[in-house]
Order: sequence, then C-alpha cells, then structure tokens
Amino acid sequence: MIGALRARGWAGVGPGLTVPWAFAAVSVLLGSALLGLGIGPVGLGFGPIAREIASHIPFLGVHSSFSGSEDAILWQLRAPRVVLGILVGAMLASAGAAYQGVFRNPLADPYLLGAAAGAGLGATLVIAYSHGGASRDLRPLAAFVGAMLGVGAAYLLGRSVAGRTTATLILAGVTVASFLTAVQTFVQQQNTDTVQEVYAWILGQLETSGWREVALALPYMVVSWAVLLLHRRLLDVLAVGDEEASSVGVDVSRVRLIVLAAATLGTAAAVAFSGLIAFVGIIIPHAIRLVVGTSYRIVLPLSLCFGAAFLVLADVLARTVVAPAELPIGVVTAFFGAPFFALVLRTTRMVGT
Amino acid sequence: MTPLAVEGLRVELDGAVVVDGLGLEVEQGEWLGVIGPNGAGKTTVLRAVGGLVPYAGSIRLFGDEIAGLGRREVARRVALVPQAPVIPPDMTVLEYVVIGRTPHLGYTSAPEARDVDVCRSALARLDVAQLADRRLGSLSGGERQRAVLARAMAQDARLIVLDEPTTALDVGAQQQVLELVADLRTTKSLTVLSAMHDLTVAGQYPDRLVLIDGGREAVSGLPGEVLTEETIARHYGASVRVVSDGDSIAVVPLRPQVGTEERVGP
Repeated sequence: MIGALRARGWAGVGPGLTVPWAFAAVSVLLGSALLGLGIGPVGLGFGPIAREIASHIPFLGVHSSFSGSEDAILWQLRAPRVVLGILVGAMLASAGAAYQGVFRNPLADPYLLGAAAGAGLGATLVIAYSHGGASRDLRPLAAFVGAMLGVGAAYLLGRSVAGRTTATLILAGVTVASFLTAVQTFVQQQNTDTVQEVYAWILGQLETSGWREVALALPYMVVSWAVLLLHRRLLDVLAVGDEEASSVGVDVSRVRLIVLAAATLGTAAAVAFSGLIAFVGIIIPHAIRLVVGTSYRIVLPLSLCFGAAFLVLADVLARTVVAPAELPIGVVTAFFGAPFFALVLRTTRMVGT
Repeated sequence: MTPLAVEGLRVELDGAVVVDGLGLEVEQGEWLGVIGPNGAGKTTVLRAVGGLVPYAGSIRLFGDEIAGLGRREVARRVALVPQAPVIPPDMTVLEYVVIGRTPHLGYTSAPEARDVDVCRSALARLDVAQLADRRLGSLSGGERQRAVLARAMAQDARLIVLDEPTTALDVGAQQQVLELVADLRTTKSLTVLSAMHDLTVAGQYPDRLVLIDGGREAVSGLPGEVLTEETIARHYGASVRVVSDGDSIAVVPLRPQVGTEERVGP
C-alpha cells in the first residue's frame, strides 16, 4: 500500500518515500499491533495469535489453537482497541503534519484551532446533563460536533479579520479555544459530581465496546486521509509562503480551507472516541522531519504509520503499567512526548509565519 | 504581442493610494527597469503585474487582462522573483525549483520526468546543477539567488519580473546574477521587468527606465535620459555625480557639500 503512494516522476527530486522507509514503517506498525494484541491480563502468546490470524486466511490450512474465550478476548476486546489505536494515532499524526504545513508553524497541532476545546465542551455538556446509557452514546457525537463547530467558528472569525494571514487565523483559534474552555470549566464546576468522569475523558482513553467505534470513526478518517495525501505536493508549495505560492498559481486560501477541513473532520472523529490525546500530532511528524526529511511526500505517509504504531504502544503501556487499573493514554503520550518536544524546540529552527 | 501593457494603474493598500494612474509598456525581449525612492510604489507595481494585489485600471499580459486570467494562467505567463523570497532551509534545491512547475501541473498531480528535466536544465543553465541535492539553508547568498532564479525559469514564463534581484549580494554575486539575467534574456528571448535600487546597475542593464515617485511616473526614457544629477536630486533628495562613458552610466553618491563656506581654518 505504501509503495503505491509513491508518485511517479519524483525520482531524483530529493529524499522521497523510499522502499526501505516504507518497509520499516509497515514493519513497526505490524510489530506494535502484534504487541497490542498479545499483551494484557490474559497471556495469549504471540505464536498462537499469529496462528489464529493465519487461520482466517483461506487456503493456508492453518488451524487455530484458541479456545472460545481466547478467541473472544482477541477479536472482541483487544483487536478493536488496537485498531482504534491505529486509526486515532494515524489520524492525529497526519492531521498534525497537515496543520504544520498550512500554518508553516512547527508547533501547530490538530487542536490548534479549537478542536480540543470544542470537543471538550461537547463531551462535558453530555457528561454533566445526561445520565446513564444515553450519556455514553451521545458523548462521541457531542465531541465530534463540538470539535467541528469550534474550528468552524475560529475559521470564520479569522476570515472576517482584514489581512487574513495565518497568524490571525491562529489568534482566532486561540480566542475561540479559550472562550470554549471557559464555558467548559464553568459547566464542570457547576457539576462537581461528574468532574472525575470529565477529567478522565479529557486525559484521553481508548475504550471500545466491540467494533462499533472503529466502524463509526473509519469513514471520516478515510476521507480525511485521502484528501490530505492528495494535497501533499501542494503542502510543499505552501512552504514558500502565501504570496509566492499564489505567484506560482496556487489558490492558497482554497488549499488551506480544504486541508484544514479534511484534517479537522478526521481529528473530530478521533477525538470523539479517544478524548484529548496530547502530543501525538506534534512529536510524530517532527521525528520524521528530523530523521527522514521535510517533504510532505514523506512526512504524511510516514506520520500515518508511525503515529499509529506510537499510539498502539502507548496504549499497551497505559494498560499495563498500573494494571489492573489503567493510565489515561494522554498521560503516557505526554510523558514521552514532553521530553521529545523539548528536544524539538532545541534542535529546529523556528519558521516565521 | 506586447508582453506587458499597463494603463491607468491604481492600487490601494489599506486605504492608501500606493500607485496612481501609472502606465507602462514592455516590448518583446526588452528589459525595463523601474526605479524610484523607497515607498515610491515599485514593489506594488510588480506585485500587481504578478496578479497578487487588487487593482483598478488595466494590466494586460500578452494581450489579456490579468483580472480575467486564472491564477494558474497568470503564473504561466509571468514569473515573479520577490525581493526577499521565503527560503525553507531544509528543502533541497531541486525540490525548491520543482515548485516553479506548479502552474503546469494538475491540482493533485505529481511532477513528471519531463518537469524534473526542465528544472535540472534551469539549474544547469545557471551553472548550479551540482547544487541540486543541497539543502537551501546551506547555500551562500549568490547560490541561493541562483536557486530562486532557477525556480522562476522552471515556470517557463516569457515575462520575468524581478524585485531588486541583487539586494544583499556582494558586488561579484550581483554582477553574476545580472549577467545571468541578461544572458537568459537573449538566449531564451525573455522579457524582463525589474525594480532596481542601485542606480549604477539601473544605468547598465535595462534598455529603458521608468522613475516612479509617489505612485506616479515621474520620468521615463533611455537610462541616459532618466539618470541625470538633477532628476536624482529632485526625486531621491540625493547628491550624486553621474559618470558616463557613452555605453554605460555610473551613479556615484557624493557627500552633500553643506555649509562648506562656513568652514574655517586649514
């Protein structure tokens, strides 16, 4: 799949997505998925898991050694969670890369324009004012809608300001985000009985009940990835700034709107089922830039793979460090993300907006 | 067809009239230099020609009004080299030059081998083929300016617009870059419009000059007609000596002789 993402004609134009890197990315992803499937309160063993998966592939003639309950643990508990981790990690990392591209700002992340604050408010409202099963069902929807509305409001506010530079858009995002966070905090303080639950949501968790979450999130993310990957050359063009990009024929505000809309759609779908997971959107694209190169031809596809692997591994830690309890996954990603982020700050040049 | 014909151009930026009623015409293969003091509107005129600012009046590129041409079509007809280009330090030279192919590529399509060839030959023509895989951040000022010119060349436009192409270059690099532009003009039959800060350079490279001041044309004509001590004193408020040996003109700034008569003693 990764090989197919290589564009024809790019041969010799700087470091592109090479076969070794594509192979490494897929291997790391498969390896971490296998770890995610194998590690848990019930030891399933990596060999038996591989055999169980192979037994579902026709014509191989492999027979699974799993009992019925082991089968259920693998396919109804662990696999959906690992797959949700893959989707959310891939989405946050690729959306982060796209945000950094359109804002030409290495510190941009997918929450920059109010997606997190909007989702947080949506989820808090549902947790505070609805009860029982309805609360659980409504929460992802409220978070999704909140994220989309937050970013939409920031975009409209940024557009209405004369000048319309990326800096005004970021300021609009900061404005909308702090307003929404103020409302969210107020609602939270008025409903102290649910603070614990709100807090747990905000710190992020991958919770699944079978495959439902995966099925709901996947379509939005697929659309988002398709749009982002189709724009990877134009994201490279935006690196020379709005004025020069338009002087080579790019409609900069349209490209920015399309990329932001796609990245926000996917981010909202991720946030809806995982809460606010910090740092993935910043550290993964930057690690790739530092090690492999800065062209979006490489940064986007590799962010997808390594973001997915990173989040699956973070979830393994979240489940095992204080087992049988769970750490919020946002704590794990930030624990490893913050030192890395400090390193990025020390080593990269700040690009002016 | 006349590459560039500007009539009654008026540009307002933030409510201030920056260019007011300007007319220009650049013939096929000609090099027109735009000079004028800081804030005269030189850069704004060039940006308007590149389709980057809203304007009133008329700007025709090879016969067509730019307001009616799409952004891509404008980019195929005119390549703009800004005064201070944004240089992404980690991008390789070839990746950067490929950006110049953008107006010839579909919205989501990747450059083809042919596009890469155009870029490599632009680099070769500017004698920097060996820099293709270097990162922009590692280049010297002169090399960087060649990379920027190569990107403009890759655009394959027949009109090239240069905003102060030699700012921040040492005298050797200045001369090399200007000679390259002069050479490209003849070998690729390009038409050149450039804003120029350095009046000696303006006296030597362009075929014709237009001096603008306060957004209007003040003087235009052959370099020898425009670059006179009196004109420069009036519009730049500068005291200069114009030295001419027939072919080329040098404008030498001299310290104003203020209050000489009051000086006392040996």
